[in-house]
Amino acid sequence: MKSTLKLTLGLASAMLTSTAVSNVAHAEDLTLCWAAWDPANALVELSKDFTKETGIGMKFEFVPWTNYADRFLNELNSKGKLCDLIIGDSQWIGGAAENGHYVKLNDFFDKEKISMDDFVPATVVGYSEWPKNSPNYWALPAMGDVVGWTYRKDWFSKPELQKEFKEKYGWDLAAPTTFDQLKQIAEFFQKREIDGKTVYGASIYTERGSEGITMGAMDVLYSFGFKYENPEKPYEMDGFVNSEKSVKGLEFYKALYDCCTPPGASNSYMGEGVDAFKSGQVAMHMNFAFTWPGLQKDENVGGDKIGYFANPKGPDGDQFAQLGGQGISVVSYSDKQESALKYIKWFANKDVQAKWWSLGGFSCLNAVVKDPNFPASQPYAQTFLDSMAIVKDFWAEPSYAPLLQASQKRFHDYVVAGQGSAKDALDGLVKDWTQVFQDDGKM
Amino acid sequence: MLNRTADSVARATPEPLARRVRGISDKGLAWLFISPTILLLLAINIFPLFWAIYLSFTNYRANRPNEVVKNLGLSNYRRILGDQDIWIAMQTTAHFVFWTILLQTLIGFTLAWLIDRKFRGHAFWTTIILVPMMLSPAVVGNFWRFLYEPQIGLFAYAISFVSGIPPTDIQMLSNVSLAPWSIIIVDTWMWTPYVMLICLAGLRSIPEYIYEAAEVDRASNWRQFWSITLPMALPFIMLAVLFRGIENFKMFDMVNLLTGGGPGSTTEVASITLKRQAFESWRTGYSSAFAIILFVAVFGLANIYVKALNKVKQR
Repeated sequence: MKSTLKLTLGLASAMLTSTAVSNVAHAEDLTLCWAAWDPANALVELSKDFTKETGIGMKFEFVPWTNYADRFLNELNSKGKLCDLIIGDSQWIGGAAENGHYVKLNDFFDKEKISMDDFVPATVVGYSEWPKNSPNYWALPAMGDVVGWTYRKDWFSKPELQKEFKEKYGWDLAAPTTFDQLKQIAEFFQKREIDGKTVYGASIYTERGSEGITMGAMDVLYSFGFKYENPEKPYEMDGFVNSEKSVKGLEFYKALYDCCTPPGASNSYMGEGVDAFKSGQVAMHMNFAFTWPGLQKDENVGGDKIGYFANPKGPDGDQFAQLGGQGISVVSYSDKQESALKYIKWFANKDVQAKWWSLGGFSCLNAVVKDPNFPASQPYAQTFLDSMAIVKDFWAEPSYAPLLQASQKRFHDYVVAGQGSAKDALDGLVKDWTQVFQDDGKM
Repeated sequence: MLNRTADSVARATPEPLARRVRGISDKGLAWLFISPTILLLLAINIFPLFWAIYLSFTNYRANRPNEVVKNLGLSNYRRILGDQDIWIAMQTTAHFVFWTILLQTLIGFTLAWLIDRKFRGHAFWTTIILVPMMLSPAVVGNFWRFLYEPQIGLFAYAISFVSGIPPTDIQMLSNVSLAPWSIIIVDTWMWTPYVMLICLAGLRSIPEYIYEAAEVDRASNWRQFWSITLPMALPFIMLAVLFRGIENFKMFDMVNLLTGGGPGSTTEVASITLKRQAFESWRTGYSSAFAIILFVAVFGLANIYVKALNKVKQR
C-alpha cells in the first residue's frame, strides 16, 4: 500500500514538474495579432526563423477582415494582454497612439539604429507616424499595400476583340492609363460573350459594412482632385471634400458601378472581388495588392492570363491610389515588451525583409524594393512600386471610425442606392465630418 | 412529508451547521436560495441598464478610456430625436415589423386552421412546416443570400421561370425597392411556423361542444369561423403578434447577414444603426441614449398592447 502511494505521488510530481517546465519553456512565447489572409500565412512561415534564432516561440491570432477591426480594437480598448505584437490597420495609428495602446518606438529605433529613412516614405507616414509628418513613430512599416488593378490579359489580346475595340473607341485595347479609358474598356466588356460565358466590365469596391466603398470611391476621387482639407487650414473641408472635382469623381464612380459591374455586386469588397476575377466574371478587378500573389498563382486566371496596372490618371492628369497595408507595433499592455521589441528588430533586418517579399509579403524596406532585381522578381512587382509611389490615405485621426462610418453611409446611399446627387453626398459628408471634429474639440 | 425531509436533512447535517440551518426562517431560506439568481440578474441585467442610463447623459466613448467623461445633460437625447437618419431607421423598422407581422399572422393562422382539420398525414406536414423555425438565423441568412444571388441563385431562376424576366435582372439584395422585401420574405419563411404553433394551440383550446351547439343552431361554417373560431383564438393570435413584434423590433442578425443595412441605408433598421453607433463609431454615450429610447418605446408599446390583450381575454 505504501509503495503504491509512493508511486502515485511520484507520478503526480513528475506530471506537475513536466507541466511546469513546459510552461516555463513557453513563458516567453509571443502572440502576434493580425488579419486572417494570405500574407499572414507567409508571416507564420517567416517567423519560424525568428524562433530558430532567438528560441522565442511565436503564436498567432488571426481574425477575418470583417471582424478584424472590431475584435482587435476591442482588445486594445479593454487593455487586453492577448497581443504582444499587433499589425494594426494604418487608420488606427492616431487612436492607438493617443490612447496609449502602442509603445512609442523612437528610443528603441535610436538604440538599435533602425532608421525610418530606410523605408518607403509613404509607408512611414502611413503606418508609423502620429501626428502625421512628425518624427513620432509607433510602428515599423510591415506590409506595404495599395489599391491597384488586375485585368484579363488573355481577353485583351484576342485579335477579334482588339479589332472591334479599336473600331469603336479609336485606340488600342490595352491596360488603361486614364479613368476615362478604364470606363470605356469596362463598357466594352460588359455583358459580352467570351468563351461561351457572359462576362462583365469590372469589379469595384461597394461594401457597406466596414470600409469597402470608401476605399474604392477614394481610390478614384483622389485622382479627380478630392482633398480631405484645406492644406493651409487643417480641418477646413468645405470646398475641398465637396469641390466640383470631387463631385465629378463621385459621379464617375457611380457611373462605373451602374454601367459595368456584375449583377448583384452591391456589397463587394476584397473577397468578393477576388471571387469575381477568379471565376472569370470580370475583365478588370480593383483590389489591394496583397491579392496579386494568389491571383498570379491561380490556374484559371493567373500566369500569362493576368496583367496588372496602377490606378489610372484622373481628368487633370493627377494620379493617386488608396493606401492599404499596416505597420507592426508593440502593445503597451503586453508583459513581454522586451521580446516583442526583439521581434521588431529582427523583422527590420534586410535579409528577413527580402525573404518576406519572396514568401508573398510586401516589404516596405528601400533596400528590398529599390534592388535592381526587384521589378523583375514578380510580374506585379513594377505595378506595386508604381502604385506605392502615388498613395494617399484616409483620415488616421483618433476618430477615424466615425469618420469612416459617415463616408460609408454617404457613398453607399449615393453610389449603390442612387439616393440624391453626388453633391448632396459630399455636402452631407462635410457636415458629418465637421460634427465629428467638433465633438473632438478640433474645430 | 416536506417537514420530515427537512428534519432529516437537519439531523444529518453536522451539529454546528444544523444549528445554523434550524435557526433560519422559511423566508430566510427562500432568500438564501434565490439570492444567487438575484445577484446574477442584478449584475448582468439591472446594473448594465442603470449604467447605460448614466452613460446616455455623457460623451463617453469606449475606445477612449483615457479621455475625461463630460456630462452632456439631455444633449444626446436631443440629437437623436432631431437626427433625420434615426427617424429613417425607425420608419424602416416600422415597415419591417408591420409587414412581417401581417404576413406571418395571416399565413400562420391559415396554416394552423388547415392543420387543425386533422387530415391524413397532418402530423408529418406539421413537422415539415416547423423546420425553418428550427434553423439558426445565421444559417438561414447565408442560405438565402445564396438563393437570392442573381447569377446562381434558385430564387432568381424561379422568378425568371414564372415571369420571363432574366435572372440577372432580379437583384433582390441590391435593388432599393426589393431589398426590404427580401428580408420580409426570409423572416416570414422562418417565423410563420412559430405563429402557426401558437395559433394551433389557440384553435385546439376551443371546446368541441361550442361547435356542436352551433351546428344545432344551423350556423354556417363561415358564421362559426367569425363567431367562434376567431374570437376564441384571438388572445393567442395577439400573443403571437406580441412575441413577433418585440422580436422583430430588435431584429439584427437576418438584416446584417442579408443586406448589412444596404443598399445605401434602405434596410438599416434601428438595431443596425445602434450597433454602428456603439461598436463601429464608438459613440458609447450617444448609442446608450438611443438604446434607452428604443427600450422605452418597446416597453411602452408592449405595455399598451398587453392591456389590450387582457381586455380581449376578459370578454
